[in-house]
Amino acid sequence: MSNTVSALNGARATGFAEVREMGLYGMITLRGDLSGKKLIDAAKSAGGTNVPEKGHITLSGAHGIAWMSPDELLILTPYDEVDARLDGITEKLAGTHHLAVNVSDARAIFAVSGKDALVREALSKLCPVNFSADAFAHGQFRRTRMAQVPAAVWLPQPGEARVICFRSVAQYAFDLLKGATAEGGEVGYLA
Amino acid sequence: MSTRLANGGRLLNKSRQMKFSFNGKQLRGFEGDTIASALLANDQMLIGRSFKYHRPRGVVASGAEEPNGLVGMGEGERFEPNQRVTTTELFDGLTASSQNHWPSLEFDVGVVNSKLSRFLPAGFYYKTFMYPRAFWKHVYEPIIRQSAGLGKAPKQRDPDQYEHFYAFTDVLVIGGGVAGLTAALAAAQTGAKVMLIEQTAHWGGRAPVDGGTVDGQPVDTFVDEIVSRLKAMENVTLRNRTMGAGVYDHGYVLGYERVGDHTPGATGPRHRLWRIRAAQIVTATGAIERPLSFAGNDIPGVMLASAVRDYAVDYGVSVGDRTVVVTNNDDAYRTAITLKNMGLDVPVILDARVTTQDSPLIAEAKALGIAVMMGHAISSVKGGKRVTGVAVCGQAGEGAVLKEIACDAVAMSGGWSPVVHLWSHCGGKLIWDETTAAFRPNVDKAPTGADGEGFVLPAGAANGALRLDDVLTDAHAMGRAAAKATGHTAKDATAPQGTSPDEAPMMPVWMMPQGASYAKRSKAWLDYQNDVKVSDVQLAAREGFESVEHAKRYTTLGMATDQGKLSNINGLAILSGELNQPIPQTGTTTFRPPYTPISMASIAGEARDERFQPLRRTPMYDWHAENGAYWEPVGAWRRPYTYQRTGETIEQAVSREVKATRASLGLLDASTLGKLLVKGPDAGKFLDMLYTNMMSTLKPGRCRYGLMCNENGFLMDDGVVARIDDDTFLCHTTTGGAESIHGHMEEWLQTEWWDWDVYVANLTEEYAQIAVVGPKARETLAKLTTDDISGEALPFMAWTDITLGGMPARAYRISFSGELSYEIAVKASDGRALWDALLAAGAEFNATAYGTEALHIMRAEKGFIMIGDETDGTVIPQDLGLDWAISKKKEDYLGKRAQARSHMTDPKRWKLVGLETLDGSVLPDGAYCTAEGENANGQRNVQGRVTSTYHSPTLERGIAFGLVLNGPDRMGEVLDFPKVDGTVIKAKIVDMIFFDREGEKQNV
Repeated sequence: MSNTVSALNGARATGFAEVREMGLYGMITLRGDLSGKKLIDAAKSAGGTNVPEKGHITLSGAHGIAWMSPDELLILTPYDEVDARLDGITEKLAGTHHLAVNVSDARAIFAVSGKDALVREALSKLCPVNFSADAFAHGQFRRTRMAQVPAAVWLPQPGEARVICFRSVAQYAFDLLKGATAEGGEVGYLA
Repeated sequence: MSTRLANGGRLLNKSRQMKFSFNGKQLRGFEGDTIASALLANDQMLIGRSFKYHRPRGVVASGAEEPNGLVGMGEGERFEPNQRVTTTELFDGLTASSQNHWPSLEFDVGVVNSKLSRFLPAGFYYKTFMYPRAFWKHVYEPIIRQSAGLGKAPKQRDPDQYEHFYAFTDVLVIGGGVAGLTAALAAAQTGAKVMLIEQTAHWGGRAPVDGGTVDGQPVDTFVDEIVSRLKAMENVTLRNRTMGAGVYDHGYVLGYERVGDHTPGATGPRHRLWRIRAAQIVTATGAIERPLSFAGNDIPGVMLASAVRDYAVDYGVSVGDRTVVVTNNDDAYRTAITLKNMGLDVPVILDARVTTQDSPLIAEAKALGIAVMMGHAISSVKGGKRVTGVAVCGQAGEGAVLKEIACDAVAMSGGWSPVVHLWSHCGGKLIWDETTAAFRPNVDKAPTGADGEGFVLPAGAANGALRLDDVLTDAHAMGRAAAKATGHTAKDATAPQGTSPDEAPMMPVWMMPQGASYAKRSKAWLDYQNDVKVSDVQLAAREGFESVEHAKRYTTLGMATDQGKLSNINGLAILSGELNQPIPQTGTTTFRPPYTPISMASIAGEARDERFQPLRRTPMYDWHAENGAYWEPVGAWRRPYTYQRTGETIEQAVSREVKATRASLGLLDASTLGKLLVKGPDAGKFLDMLYTNMMSTLKPGRCRYGLMCNENGFLMDDGVVARIDDDTFLCHTTTGGAESIHGHMEEWLQTEWWDWDVYVANLTEEYAQIAVVGPKARETLAKLTTDDISGEALPFMAWTDITLGGMPARAYRISFSGELSYEIAVKASDGRALWDALLAAGAEFNATAYGTEALHIMRAEKGFIMIGDETDGTVIPQDLGLDWAISKKKEDYLGKRAQARSHMTDPKRWKLVGLETLDGSVLPDGAYCTAEGENANGQRNVQGRVTSTYHSPTLERGIAFGLVLNGPDRMGEVLDFPKVDGTVIKAKIVDMIFFDREGEKQNV
């Protein structure tokens, strides 16, 4: 549907790093026994990558799997593939206790792009997380607090960060990231 | 005269002159000046008036400890009070004005308080203004507030940006003097991650001023070298203009960075609050010189000896041409020697001690031709707005004047106190050091972390090591120790070797002369900022304020912006003397963060304007905003209370929405309702425990209204549960309950029923939900779908998946209004599109968006309860006549046992009924209905209260619900509801369903 829109419809801001709402993005919450072979197979085939370790994310193009909790994964996929991938999970896990549900529209996702150290510094203004390169590597995944709202953060590659928050606070999250990347606010700590 | 010297000024860039103004006077300084040094360079000795007596005051110190030099800075939106002149860097165009004077700094009417000082002793306001009682609030307090106080509050919005920054390090060193630099290097050499913060713009602290050598080089050369070594190390961060403000549990430290104070208007944040997690903290915070308590020690021109030296060396400023030095230790001799070497006159050094032989510094002073009078003291200082001379006496006596010496400055030193504030913030203990007459950290009783081990180490002067060689040795050891505690073993490295002359022991001098008369003691200031004198503390002790904390509150000693940095030790020494007990027995007051005041804005950080608070928006938020929404905050959500059209009052808008909905078609954005997916083989069993009624028997495709209680039996939430399939339920909660009920479910599943196969997911924000309500609801939907939504295909309390306007949708046929009603859920991303489609399809039926108030009115007209109105955490379902929703068949549910307790089954519990006013008016919300007689407290007895009350546009009169004693048994009885204006409204007890009792409207 052409009228299907993400919370901020691709809003952007440019300061010492660029902030961009990434538009519609497919996300599936999958809860179950993460050590079970059937669940691992279902997750792999839906997420297109291996199931990550605790505190990590595995990525393959627009697909990926993030570790959310000891019994929860977040499957990332293009928005228009969600239904098919959900069906795949349901089929593979028939008879196995699990929960798989589309949460794509409950979320907003942002990209923060720029020099690697500056992207890390922008996030360090908002989240009580050690984002220094030696403490937070590419491939790590962190559920945390961004100022006053819950958020999940990962760094897919040098100079790129992804932030997920709830859709209803997308504007607040965008304003936070815009403020944290405002010109003149470079900290020079993680550089 | 204070003036700029031809030489000196190591911190200045004399090639860059800067203009500034003080009280409108245009003045000039240099880059590198503080306001204090620039004012002194312009002979501006008088800077403010004192708090209570309005005495003229000048600068006393050269750093963070300054009590007098507070000014209002900037103008308009950048005005800020209480800026400390000794720590504020000069910038071009700076404007400053003095505080606490009227009508002018030079001529102050309030100085009359000084003449009345014998009537304004410690605690005078507790004693003097007792009667008549009403006068305190209306007469005394306003007058006292007018004459006392520091700066004025700013009136305009702050235009600057502020932010927080989270940093993590192995070792945090606080203080960038030689001790901090040495400790940082020692720690960094082990490979540990080190952060070093310094409150000023300069590295090296005061050591370059004090002289001596390090590894055979001058101190400033050593500082330059160690700074460049540290800067070159990858594992080290240096941050100046950043003060360690507070040390908290678990190695958490607040650092206050003044990023742009010296460059106002520049892009970027003005202040940055560093929220640092450090495994180990080294406090290298130095020491502060103590004043001496002699008569007239507050007259402008009397300064700390170290400050006089700092102004000369750092800023090339002489405080006076003739400076008398008065001391009880060797360090002040450095000031005399420095001044003499710069060509200034030092007529005499008054040394309270009598030493048997000259130490190297005494000998050096004497060799320069400076007269040294051992065993002598200042009897009083001459002068008013500035020093004109001193009267000299013996320290041992009562102050008989031996001679008067003309001078225009006095440099005093009463010894040095380690800055133990940051050590103490989190519980570090102190010990009294007899040789330096000061408290220093007890390193065996450090603040401890979760593992019971200390996480703060003091270093250098802050640890009581006052001489350069000791400072460096101690700091090196502490730096290594801190790194080791973080698991970084120190490689072999040697401490830098400092050399400084031997010093003769200091002698504690708490009063000068030691037998000073009352007249002298009442002119000897302990606390400049709060106008507390020796005589005040003595009076407090005599009046029984023996605890140091009580004496502080009674006298105000050590309060306000400087928190007694100069006055604390002197004050408690006087208190100890008066109580005839050793100083350690008296102890100190509590050191609390911040070390010096930090801006409120830095604490707020980014949380201002649009980032003040997260505001939750539904997908239809923009439409609401564009269509006159009068917002109601519901948690963090903003929901339209009503949509106000031009010319309408709020009441008229609400009334229009109700009537339009009942007559034809209304649309409600119900997206904020909680939606929790509960799935698993044990889901039915789980919901049977959570809800009071039976959910496991619900058939797929059907909906059921349910009540949820806590373990105490009280109602906590309600909503419609839809069974999706055998294993899956979707539970609707109230808007406010979405997150809490989700947490409630997880808690029970994780802690109590961990072996039940159930998963829960919060889908509240996945769906936009729109209530399509009114007689034309079905017709409207039918225009957008080809699916069968007839009464047979989709009966009341059923749901089905349909395609609506091309969008996949789920239609729940449920009603909270008594009308034919559907709640349509679509993906949130389709929410706005569906809203627009429904408005377009319903246009021919006068589709009317309605807000929360119309929702509330329509539910009340139909007798439906609302969580939070009818319930307040003390109400059980039985109180509300909801017994029909409580399963009798179930063995158990949360709250069942509690509801069987005697008080819960008491027939005297107030029960919910409808209330109808006899005159048709609206009952006030929360109004009580009275009963005969009075209770034990002489209050009127009551027998019920209003829980919901509205004007019903449908019935054109007031309707209400109330909890009433034996209410359901008293139908038709008329009750009295007194209003606050004294009148009484009479209301009749009626059935709760005011409208369409048979439910014909919703069952079409």
